[in-house]
Amino acid sequence: MQHIVIIGNGISGVTLARHIRKLSDYKITIISSETEYFFSRTALMYIYMGHMKFEHTQPYENWFWKKNRIDLKQAYVSEVETESKTLHLANGEKVNYDKLVIATGSKPNKFGWPGQDLKGVMGMYHKQDLENLEVYAPNNKVCKRAVIVGGGLIGIELAEMLSSRSIPVTFLVRESSFWNGVLPEGESGMINRHILSHHIDLRLSTNLKAINANEAEQVKSVVIEETGEEIPCDVVGLTAGVTPNIDFLKSSKIDLGRGVLVNRHLETNIEGVYAIGDCAEQHEAIGNRRPIEAVWYTGRMMGETLAQTLCGNKRAYNPGHWFNSAKFFDIEYQTYGWVHGAKGKPDYEKQFHWIHEDDDKCITIAYHKDTDQFLGINTFGIRMRHETFDRWLTEKRDIHYVMEHLAEANFDPEFYAAYESQIFELFKNRLQLV
Amino acid sequence: MSLAKPDALQITNTQKVAILAGVVGLFIMTLALFNIDFPQKGFFLGLSMGLIGIGTIVYSRAAYLNKLEGIKNDGTWFKSISSRGIWGWIVGLILTGFYIVLYFFPQYLGLAADGGSNTGLISLFDPLSLLLSGRPASQWFVYGTLYTLAILAFGYKFMLKYRHNRYQQLRTISVMFFQLAFAFLIPEFMYVMNNDLPYYDMKSVWPLNYYIFDEWSVKGFISAGNIGLALLIFGILSIFVFTPILTYKYGKRWYCSWVCGCGGLAETVGDPFRQLSSKKLSAWRFERWMIHLVLVFSVVMTTAMVYSYLGYSHNDFWLTRGVFISLVIGFLTLVFIGVLYFKGRELGTDAKYGAIGFFVVIAALLIMHFTGTTDKLFYIKSGTLRSAYGLYIGSIFSGVIGTGFYPILGSRAWCRFGCPMAAILGFQQRLFSKFRITTNGGQCISCGNCSTYCEMGIDVRAYAQKGENIVRSSCVGCGICSAVCPRGVLKLENDTMKGRINPNEILLGNDVDLMKLVNDK
Ligand SMILES: Cc1cc2nc3c(=O)[nH]c(=O)nc-3n(C[C@H](O)[C@H](O)[C@H](O)COP(=O)(O)OP(=O)(O)OC[C@H]3O[C@@H](n4cnc5c(N)ncnc54)[C@H](O)[C@@H]3O)c2cc1C
Ligand code: SF4
Ligand code: SF4
Repeated sequence: MQHIVIIGNGISGVTLARHIRKLSDYKITIISSETEYFFSRTALMYIYMGHMKFEHTQPYENWFWKKNRIDLKQAYVSEVETESKTLHLANGEKVNYDKLVIATGSKPNKFGWPGQDLKGVMGMYHKQDLENLEVYAPNNKVCKRAVIVGGGLIGIELAEMLSSRSIPVTFLVRESSFWNGVLPEGESGMINRHILSHHIDLRLSTNLKAINANEAEQVKSVVIEETGEEIPCDVVGLTAGVTPNIDFLKSSKIDLGRGVLVNRHLETNIEGVYAIGDCAEQHEAIGNRRPIEAVWYTGRMMGETLAQTLCGNKRAYNPGHWFNSAKFFDIEYQTYGWVHGAKGKPDYEKQFHWIHEDDDKCITIAYHKDTDQFLGINTFGIRMRHETFDRWLTEKRDIHYVMEHLAEANFDPEFYAAYESQIFELFKNRLQLV
Repeated sequence: MSLAKPDALQITNTQKVAILAGVVGLFIMTLALFNIDFPQKGFFLGLSMGLIGIGTIVYSRAAYLNKLEGIKNDGTWFKSISSRGIWGWIVGLILTGFYIVLYFFPQYLGLAADGGSNTGLISLFDPLSLLLSGRPASQWFVYGTLYTLAILAFGYKFMLKYRHNRYQQLRTISVMFFQLAFAFLIPEFMYVMNNDLPYYDMKSVWPLNYYIFDEWSVKGFISAGNIGLALLIFGILSIFVFTPILTYKYGKRWYCSWVCGCGGLAETVGDPFRQLSSKKLSAWRFERWMIHLVLVFSVVMTTAMVYSYLGYSHNDFWLTRGVFISLVIGFLTLVFIGVLYFKGRELGTDAKYGAIGFFVVIAALLIMHFTGTTDKLFYIKSGTLRSAYGLYIGSIFSGVIGTGFYPILGSRAWCRFGCPMAAILGFQQRLFSKFRITTNGGQCISCGNCSTYCEMGIDVRAYAQKGENIVRSSCVGCGICSAVCPRGVLKLENDTMKGRINPNEILLGNDVDLMKLVNDK
């Protein structure tokens, strides 16, 4: 019987294993070093905040794996030898495979800052990072101030985490406005103000120069590049993006770029070796997507797709319309299709923006300047239906249709105030102006 | 993990004062309990209840109003009271103790012996009872008052906690209203109007209200003339007409989360404990056995009860034992055949268990009919069944375990494992209702907030992460899963029956051809 070995028990590896089991009788082994069982990485913040315990973040009960004959092995793979199809584990063991899937996810970026390996400096990716945070920032007596470096989705989550324990936070963001590489100005500005309203010391256009240590080799302060200001702190969170976690493959014959290079079938250059999830890098980006897609959903989709290929129904990874979501403190964000920030905005993209007077809800709709075709929507503080927008994108609806039917896409809980007519009014007025 | 307690969880000075006020309020009642005879009972009762109410209000305002609107679950699993810590157990013990005394030793609360007057805690409540209905308080009056006070005070707290969520606010106002008006005030006023009427909380429907068809109750209604008869008919219509229609349109939530008193207490006082319900598959299995056993028990028991006071002959009253038993069996058979016909395939193996359950009930009823004598049913004295039900289900299960164990089993242990009403509504919700929780395409990140905070122990995530709608008989439609979801994945709605249940292998957002290939199989 074929033995399929998956390295990494994250969403991509686990989705793959589940689907292989549904489709076949192959022997499946998942080797992963971080935790014994699959947990939801996206829920790490809620453990520190006391909303959940670690066990609540495990989507399947512990008996699930045995019942579905998915063998789990908690170990670190230190080397992959593709000629003999052998994995060398850090504990000295060897494991043979017939097919190998690399699903090892990411690790936090470190840009060679002086002091980046001191005690009290940490990323926020693995469970171990969380345990580390619990040691250095259990409360605001031990941690009098924390500095977060890097204004992305994980950075703002870390800020929310720390402030849930009343730890003062300084948030260093390289960009001139929060996440404006992705978000249009109006939205990014609203989030800036929301961050400030949570008493976060937000520093825009600010870079880290160095991290200083005390006698115990522990963080004492950080120094700001632009001003030279020294900010005393006990914890530094490095959240300036992630990179594929593939150092252990450097000695192997597998082609690597920033990630494990794969074709549209998720195959590497070596036959029988595949890569999925955060660690996979497409030779060529698919549509507007990035070559490395480090989000939950794409990891899952790659797992769903590769399972077909491995079980005899070869398929290319061919994702549908882009979607994503996040939450910035109290403001939920969803996106369907493509809406670009100022920097990457293509010439043909025009945008319509509405913001509520309370400054906690807004939407931006992107459309084609010549054809009026609807390209995508960002929505903040109003939940919207994935299915509806997916359909409208497929049907290539134009912005007028979308604006008129916006209420159909509403997904807020019952009895919530509706804003569609307000949005529509503004849209009509804009049209008259043009 | 760490020894140092997270600091954010420390309470403010205002909150300390508020807690103190509440404790003093409770202390007054405790003193009364230990037979301290207060001079101005009305004043001290007012003071005590006022302090508890104001304490809760001030505490809640300090807890929520200085924060921005949003989900307020920070530190839930660090606090001893809400994470089965030492405080959780202490509160559980106190509550359980209270229920045991209430149900089994009301004399310790100061209930008057025959002809005497109340003492102790119950006497403290005499002034209020006299004011409302002109009679001295009973242990049930004390309980009802405290129950109402608790729902009002903690309902206020809940509304502040969810002040960004209109669904939560409206349904809380609703349970507060139904508790105060229907469970507490109206029965007292009805007594004033017509003191033949038995205590009747009109929103409490059989089989939750298991005593409505007891002989004393039915006699009471009938002897109270037209109004009594009207109420009795209303009670019967509630079961066979109102309930099915409302559940069809809105799901069982119209009752469990908007009207019911047990639900009202669970949603307000019980809110800090909702995350303690078990989400294990084994718990779900146990739940399905338990709740349906209780349902069978309550159907057989009620039938037997009514049966026992009906006569044999048409001359007394058209409804004789024979007619009655035939009606019951006929009705059950109709329901059974209807369900099998319309939903048999959807039910799969569950249909088998349903069939077994059905035949057990019918057999029990027939045995009863053919072996019963005037004072014995099932060879047991006829009242015994009814008192066993009242004791084990009505008192121990719903009160002592259901509420006393809030801090251990979560807030809806009774609703989930024991309530026969929930079983009936749930059965209908699963099969014939427009209600479902819609899952928003592929947006779920499997974080687990929804499952954790589901008081009914439904593993919501298991559905959401498959892109599947949640259609579960036990869902009371509290809407908390939807509220706590950080990605806007869940929406409670009433829509058409078609496509309500939509199991998926591949979620929205992936290759459309692949979705077709796999999902349409
Ligand atoms: C705090 C946080 C919040 C996030 N929130 C969101 C969100 O809201 N929405 C979203 O779309 N995405 C979010 N993400 C991103 C998302 O979690 C990732 O894209 C996703 O988890 C990647 O899954 P994966 O299966 O590719 O890898 P991973 O989940 O990283 O799993 C890989 C596993 O392999 C193990 N491993 C690595 N190398 C080896 C080795 N050599 N031997 C053995 N085991 C190894 C790792 O320890 C890890 O456990 C978030 C990420 C973080 C850190
Ligand atoms: S599934 Fe959601 S709405 Fe239903 S009971 Fe659970 S938390 Fe409440
Ligand atoms: S809370 Fe929302 S995102 Fe999290 S598991 Fe539940 S449905 Fe999914």
